[in-house]
Amino acid sequence: MSRIKRKKQNILPARYILLIFTVVCFFLLMGSFLFNWTSGPVGTAASYVFIPMQKGMTSVGNWISDKATELASLKNVMQENEQLQAKVDQLTEELNTLKLERYDTEDLRKLMALDDKYSNYNKVAASVISKDAGNWFETFLIDKGSKDGIKVGMNVIADSGLVGIITYVGPNYSKVRSIIDDNCNVSGMVLSTSDNCIVSGNLEKMDSSQMILFSNLRDSKDAVAVGDQVVTSYISSQYVQGLLIGYISEINENSNNLTKSGTITPVVDFEHLKHVLIITDMKTEIEEEE
Amino acid sequence: MRRKITVLLIVIVCFLLQTTFFKSLSFLTVSPNLLVIVTASFGFMRGKKEGMYIGLLCGCLIDIFYGDYLGVNALIYMYIGYLNGFFRQLFFPDEIGLPMFLIAVSDLSYNFAVYFFRFLFRNRLHFFYYLWHIMLPELVFTLLMMIIIYYVILKINRRLEDIEKRSAAKFV
Repeated sequence: MSRIKRKKQNILPARYILLIFTVVCFFLLMGSFLFNWTSGPVGTAASYVFIPMQKGMTSVGNWISDKATELASLKNVMQENEQLQAKVDQLTEELNTLKLERYDTEDLRKLMALDDKYSNYNKVAASVISKDAGNWFETFLIDKGSKDGIKVGMNVIADSGLVGIITYVGPNYSKVRSIIDDNCNVSGMVLSTSDNCIVSGNLEKMDSSQMILFSNLRDSKDAVAVGDQVVTSYISSQYVQGLLIGYISEINENSNNLTKSGTITPVVDFEHLKHVLIITDMKTEIEEEE
Repeated sequence: MRRKITVLLIVIVCFLLQTTFFKSLSFLTVSPNLLVIVTASFGFMRGKKEGMYIGLLCGCLIDIFYGDYLGVNALIYMYIGYLNGFFRQLFFPDEIGLPMFLIAVSDLSYNFAVYFFRFLFRNRLHFFYYLWHIMLPELVFTLLMMIIIYYVILKINRRLEDIEKRSAAKFV
């Protein structure tokens, strides 16, 4: 009996099944587009299977990657060593001068009131465990989730610069969209002049020259120069104020003669990102407290 | 049942390799699309239905963990599996030309689809830049990986078919 039953099930032609699944997919697509549906319990179950495995695999990959870089660098090291020795002498001299200048800088920092804000944020460390399956988007997963108190919208930093923002949280992992992702826009501010601009990730620019774009910079006095620091702006609703994004590497005047745009070199090395810090203070919470 | 578990394992291993191992090799700027290889191979080896199901599984995995919207990748991978199923009659295991061609076309069409829906709609018009710097490197790398993975899948599939034939003969 059971054999006959199974044959009956198979009679449904493939194209009808395809049609059914297509409709289901469109339904899901609409749901996630309009109502922000997430994968829910299915995603939670899947994460318990996949996240531990991804952790292990990543450490293997990192190990091989490290070994490869070690081999490649060994050749250069001998040569560099000589050059560096000469440089050490030169730098020791410079260091003495800098020490003097440092006292001045510390005073200036107090004025900006930026430094102490940076260190006052509560942070949680996490490791990167895997990256987006394709080559189009710059999202990655980290090994801390809602169990560790992570929430959607928290900022992620590394190497003292902004990495991205948490867009999805599972029980034991969360998804981070980095600022170099083609979908990502951050409200930034040039530190020297306090002018606001919009910093947006761009796949093309990132791929060709490791840079991201900025636009809508109003700078009528031409005060902004190449090399200026760009930090997250105080008007941003998602990013806490004063996180370093990068340094301006190119400025162009727009054809409307009002705004400027150009490129920024990010401070974070996104290629070799292994550990990140999550700022657990959220912009909205900080504002509410105040 | 044996087939289902084996296929599931293959998909899981390829998914893990694609998202972790190849991504952490930082000297590579692009990573190969192993899931397209798996989906397309089962499509032309086993037919439309199986290709479709495996494509759906691969796409769902990507959507759950990395997708901004659910269902995008599931849809694309499902159609890749289904369409590859049409070439089942033309497929001979010892000839690598057709599989290579089909996998290349599948990988390119996946990337075209992503570009079209996710980039062109946001006014990213430099198609040839993306073709030259993202799609083609991925294609070359995917084809290199295909030589290994395709033969592994072929071997596993042959083994499974042998076992299935034997157990079917037993019942008769």
